[in-house]
Amino acid sequence: MLQWLSHPWPWYVAGPLIGLFVPALLLIGNKQLGVSGSLRALCAAVVPGKVEFFSYDWKGTTAWNLAFVAGIFLGGVIAATVLGVTSPAISAHTRDAIAGLGMGSQVTGLAPVSVFTWKALLTLRGATCVLLGGFLVGFGASYGGGCTSGHGITGLASLQLPSLIAMIAIFVGGLFATFVIMPLIF
Amino acid sequence: MTTAVRSRSQPFSPATARRGDAQQLRLSGLVPYALMGTLFGIVLVKSEVVSWYRIQEMFRFESFHMYGVLGSAFFTAFVSLQVLKRLKVRSRTGEPITVPPRSLGKGYRYWIGGSIFGIGWALSGACPGPLFALAGSGVTVYLMTAVTAILGTWTYGYLRPRLPH
Repeated sequence: MLQWLSHPWPWYVAGPLIGLFVPALLLIGNKQLGVSGSLRALCAAVVPGKVEFFSYDWKGTTAWNLAFVAGIFLGGVIAATVLGVTSPAISAHTRDAIAGLGMGSQVTGLAPVSVFTWKALLTLRGATCVLLGGFLVGFGASYGGGCTSGHGITGLASLQLPSLIAMIAIFVGGLFATFVIMPLIF
Repeated sequence: MTTAVRSRSQPFSPATARRGDAQQLRLSGLVPYALMGTLFGIVLVKSEVVSWYRIQEMFRFESFHMYGVLGSAFFTAFVSLQVLKRLKVRSRTGEPITVPPRSLGKGYRYWIGGSIFGIGWALSGACPGPLFALAGSGVTVYLMTAVTAILGTWTYGYLRPRLPH
């Protein structure tokens, strides 16, 4: 069992499992699966300053979000220590394209070591991917009212047009970053 | 649990925010969510959807993996929601289960916010959930991504009155 679990989980196992978090969270406490609410709650809890967007009852309404992301962190720890992290067997085309960007031709771990290390933070690539990437994720998820889980799973599964628009826009943004921004700056 | 029910049955208003309602934060009530998060984190890492490489593959249309995960997650969630609705199931806390509709408005926020998010997702290879899973799995530099994501959220909150929605 443990050995089977240590292999990468195929999409037809992981996808339905992820989908089941939607009814599970609704049954546990009428919560909608979505992670970006936690970023707003963290701001409200941690960052000082009087901003209307963060003046809300975060303890009452989004404390569950913080517990959920704390769990996600712990889940990452357990996955890595008990089950082991795998290096994705990505397509040869993608591997070549990444190598062409000068990010190494070896796929080891979940993210390229040439970019996603503390040392690489001082390089243009590291700063762009790690720091700017994160900033845009936080800004965009809050502005767009959700992320891959909130819009892509909960929103689409409840057939909401705003979520469909958001997912199309997310994809357009991702294509722009992949085919325009990365070749330009890397 | 009773405090949790009260907090949700009260519609949100600035007045409740000002009162703080610190006693509503009951740690024991949060345990189920922490457990669900833990399972979620394990699935995210073991299915490799948190991988920068997998995200690149998706945006380059060179693998079915991400589409398979997102598509089957959508399908399972959709069927589950229909079943819950038809059977009029209530949550553990006794409330009718609802997914509040989002208002479209002019739709600017979804187009612009979504595109910005997409750029960030492709660059960092992580969306808000995976950020924390990645940091936990040992790629600790993603803690910095989490920090800048919080800064980005704060910047949005600050600029919000001036942005089109």
